[in-house]
Amino acid sequence: MSTPSLRYRLAARGFDGTTLLVLPGLAVMLGLFIYPFFYGLADSVMPKEGAWYANYVTFFSDPFQYRTIASTLWLALPVTIVNLAFAVPIAFRVRLMTRQRLLTTILVLPITLGTVFVADGLLTFLGPQGWFNRVLVLVGLLDAPVKLTNNYWGVFASLVITGFPFAFLLTLSYVTGIDPAIEQAAATLGANARQRFMKVFLPLLVPGLAVTFCLAFVQAFAVFPSAVLLGAPAGPTRVISIAAYQAAFEQYDHSLGTAIAMVMGAVELVVVLIVLGARSMFYRGPTGGTKG
Amino acid sequence: MIRDQGLVSKIWRFAVWAVAGLFIINLIGVIAAVVVNSFATRWLGTWLPVGLTTKWYFSAWKEFQLSSVVFVTFQIVFTVVLISGVLGVTTAYALARRDFPGKRLVVLLFLLPLLIPPLTYGIPLATVLYQIGLGGSFWGVVLINLVPSLPFVVLVMIPFIEQIDPRIEAAARVFGAGTGSLFLRILLPLLLPGMLAALLLVLVRTIAMFELTFLIAGPTSQTLVVSLYYAVFAAGVRAGQSIDAMAVIYMVTTLFWLILALQFVNPSQIVARAKQQPAE
Repeated sequence: MSTPSLRYRLAARGFDGTTLLVLPGLAVMLGLFIYPFFYGLADSVMPKEGAWYANYVTFFSDPFQYRTIASTLWLALPVTIVNLAFAVPIAFRVRLMTRQRLLTTILVLPITLGTVFVADGLLTFLGPQGWFNRVLVLVGLLDAPVKLTNNYWGVFASLVITGFPFAFLLTLSYVTGIDPAIEQAAATLGANARQRFMKVFLPLLVPGLAVTFCLAFVQAFAVFPSAVLLGAPAGPTRVISIAAYQAAFEQYDHSLGTAIAMVMGAVELVVVLIVLGARSMFYRGPTGGTKG
Repeated sequence: MIRDQGLVSKIWRFAVWAVAGLFIINLIGVIAAVVVNSFATRWLGTWLPVGLTTKWYFSAWKEFQLSSVVFVTFQIVFTVVLISGVLGVTTAYALARRDFPGKRLVVLLFLLPLLIPPLTYGIPLATVLYQIGLGGSFWGVVLINLVPSLPFVVLVMIPFIEQIDPRIEAAARVFGAGTGSLFLRILLPLLLPGMLAALLLVLVRTIAMFELTFLIAGPTSQTLVVSLYYAVFAAGVRAGQSIDAMAVIYMVTTLFWLILALQFVNPSQIVARAKQQPAE
């Protein structure tokens, strides 16, 4: 008995002409994503002067630099938690609406317009003479306008405006994926609203919420334009992306710049892994109510 | 549907809607502030501007050289859409139809750029592009924008291609269709709605992509959003109304394509990426 031809054996394992169609796209990603990543990794350990780890020493020994990690987390974590905390109950209400499209369309606006536009708008809106302060003074909540731009709260507001719709739309797509029959079954068995949420929905939602948290966190962690335009880029909102950008493109030290970019990636990865690790302690399984 | 009628749940329901309403009011306020200011003659310390004018649009168009910026923006964006569309659909087709060793790794490679902050891969990539002499050039901007947009097309298209029955292709083969006519007369018409949706979303995202374009753009390869950033950054040099007029022009360009895209996709697909929507 003769062995089948090479072409046949490859096809049996899934390699044939169609599989080769993956190559052009793969080549682009290898060239534009993987190669630069390793180039950057190598670049970051080849500093202008000093030992291979000199860039990392520079970063971690200068408080002006290493504090950017804390100030980025101090922005990104609270914003992500706030966005998610509001997204879940609102998504649970909106899920019952029959016509969600107008609402989702309005909410998609800030995501598509982007942080630069939102920052420009907030500079006027939150400014000392802006509508936000004026309304608060008018209804008597404030005696005098408060300063909300060029500080921490300006950046916070911009991350809520773009981040909340993002978290909400993701949560909504997870919430609507849960079979309503499950809730009806719980209600039939006598669970009240709080019990239905805590004992039925929440366990089913945890995996989706963990992913939402990660994606929303990545966006908030990467904050750059609004931290410059709306924040105090030399002070409390000097986030890590500003440090990386300044090193690479203002001091022309691309070696240090990539080193900071690598630190940024590593910190973000740690947070994401913690969240995803915590997720695995919860229930994982189907969210459908059908048999099988 | 189950509705609780207790007082507590009524208060809770009201509170939830109130928060949602407040958010929307503020959001509309932010956008309206830009639009109103762009038409204002003078707006200092009052609820509404003293008078209305359209002159800022003309001055913004001239001061910021918007005719060339808008032209460059569309050149860049359409090149990105074209390249990521062609490469993305072919890649997605292979990934949807074949199971081969290492496929999970390839899929992971296409997922990573969507999970890593753009500056983390943007700075090394920009360094490489500057070193091969593409810094500040048209193609530099196009290449750096391919990194998020190509995986986006791939991940949107994979589930879409998977739901097309492979037996349709087999039937076409049986009736003697060659690869060319199979693609043109069978696959393309079936793929068109998905492709249109994916490409319009890439278009909207590329117009708004600031971080990556900002790293590499030179004076002749600036997109609208980067020019807007520089204008806001240097606020005080130009009149605020002029900057806001530019922001409105940027908004209209983005919204035009967004509204077009929303004819084909559900708004939540813009963030939910490759996730399949449940059957409606």
